[in-house]
Amino acid sequence: MTNQGTDRVKRGMAEMQKGGVIMDVVNAEQAKIAEEAGAVAVMALERVPSDIRAAGGVARMADPTIVEEVMNAVSIPVMAKARIGHVVEARVLESMGVDYIDESEVLTPADEVYHLDKKEYTVPFVCGCRHLGEAARRIGEGTSMLRTKGEPGTGNIVEAVRHIREVNGQVRQLVHMSKDEVMTFAKELGAPYEVLLEIKENGRLPVVNFAAGGVATPADAALMMQLGADGVFVGSGIFKSDDPEKFARAIVEATTHYDDYELIAKVSKGIGTAMKGLEISTIAKEDRMQDRGW
Amino acid sequence: MATIGVLGLQGAVREHVKSIERSGANAVIVKKVEQLADIDGLILPGGESTTMRRLINQYGFLEPLKQFGQQNKPIFGTCAGLILLAKEIVGEASPHIALMDMKVKRNAFGRQRESFEAPLSLKGMNEPFDAVFIRAPYIIEVGDDVEVLATHNDAIVAAKQGPFLCTAFHPELTDDDRLTAYFVKMVEEQKKELAC
Repeated sequence: MTNQGTDRVKRGMAEMQKGGVIMDVVNAEQAKIAEEAGAVAVMALERVPSDIRAAGGVARMADPTIVEEVMNAVSIPVMAKARIGHVVEARVLESMGVDYIDESEVLTPADEVYHLDKKEYTVPFVCGCRHLGEAARRIGEGTSMLRTKGEPGTGNIVEAVRHIREVNGQVRQLVHMSKDEVMTFAKELGAPYEVLLEIKENGRLPVVNFAAGGVATPADAALMMQLGADGVFVGSGIFKSDDPEKFARAIVEATTHYDDYELIAKVSKGIGTAMKGLEISTIAKEDRMQDRGW
Repeated sequence: MATIGVLGLQGAVREHVKSIERSGANAVIVKKVEQLADIDGLILPGGESTTMRRLINQYGFLEPLKQFGQQNKPIFGTCAGLILLAKEIVGEASPHIALMDMKVKRNAFGRQRESFEAPLSLKGMNEPFDAVFIRAPYIIEVGDDVEVLATHNDAIVAAKQGPFLCTAFHPELTDDDRLTAYFVKMVEEQKKELAC
């Protein structure tokens, strides 16, 4: 008896990515550079988040031609983004055989009330979160992996730091609660009670939690690992830097050896300038991607 | 007590560490070459084999890992670890650590959507093992000295050759420690042997 699409199979896939870097790419050439540099997976997109931000308008699922091109170019897993709540984009990506779908706030949401029922799919999903409430709701819907939202396309790590500290702080708070306090905590967070109980019993989230949204340098990646991220997504940070190949390699090494400062210094030397960053306060409230998702 | 390392460059490292500890051995995460001198056996965990190989090259792990095996110290590879141990890989010009006489195919069962779990009969175990296959490889052919421990739909998914053990699936994703315990025993016996 063979079972596909079980929790163990879907969550297990994300477990295998731990300690690794997942890189945004927009074509086969970039995908090969990422694979060569040691990425554990690539995210196939039409535009990286900073270009989505610059272009404005509605951001949608990538053209399937790009996704297919990337899938044919590399042997590492390929992820792709669907709009929040867009059942058809998600099903199309699943039918194409992408290895993971990011139900992502980087794209313009298709539904401003509901997320996808991710338990219904054979393909696993990753979703963004800013706090334990969002994390637990997404787990309740069946996500197999989490990532911080950060503030995508800014090259500014401050929001990702806020989000990982918030989630991990709340997990610690939950673990130390007495059981009779959990229901009210669930009510305050808007989180499913059963998911919180499971987290409390195991002492940790049931799925891996990567850092995303603002990682621009090897030191940023190492910082997020020290704060308890299981791995790192780099969106605009690689292919918007001066020397993507060198940047990609350096970020991979800094993620593996996140507490070896001499090594991080060494890999950070002579790799050119990081992407130009954005101060969060200069972004209009309606342009903040992290506020998308419910 | 035996000390078993888990190569900690990338992948499901923590799960192996827990399983080793539950099986009554010391576990250490190996990130630097010099650590190989302090361990009696090594687990190559699941993860992305391409990524691991790049980091293996980067930190000069390849020769020391080969030497570790050539000293007859036990190595257990799961999924990506199986690929690292094979002497021949379909579609690739050169193998990695190349300690086991077998030809393997990467992502042989397909992409993530084809990933699965299934009960598996393992040689020498009475109860089936709940095996989790994730974008898994399988073994196409083995040399005379390789013992086949399990097959799934005629594909070889677990094997042993002297001190080397490998599975295409992920025992570390389950609570079933029988394979880790088996490996711990291999390491303890070999440790005694090598001490003589």
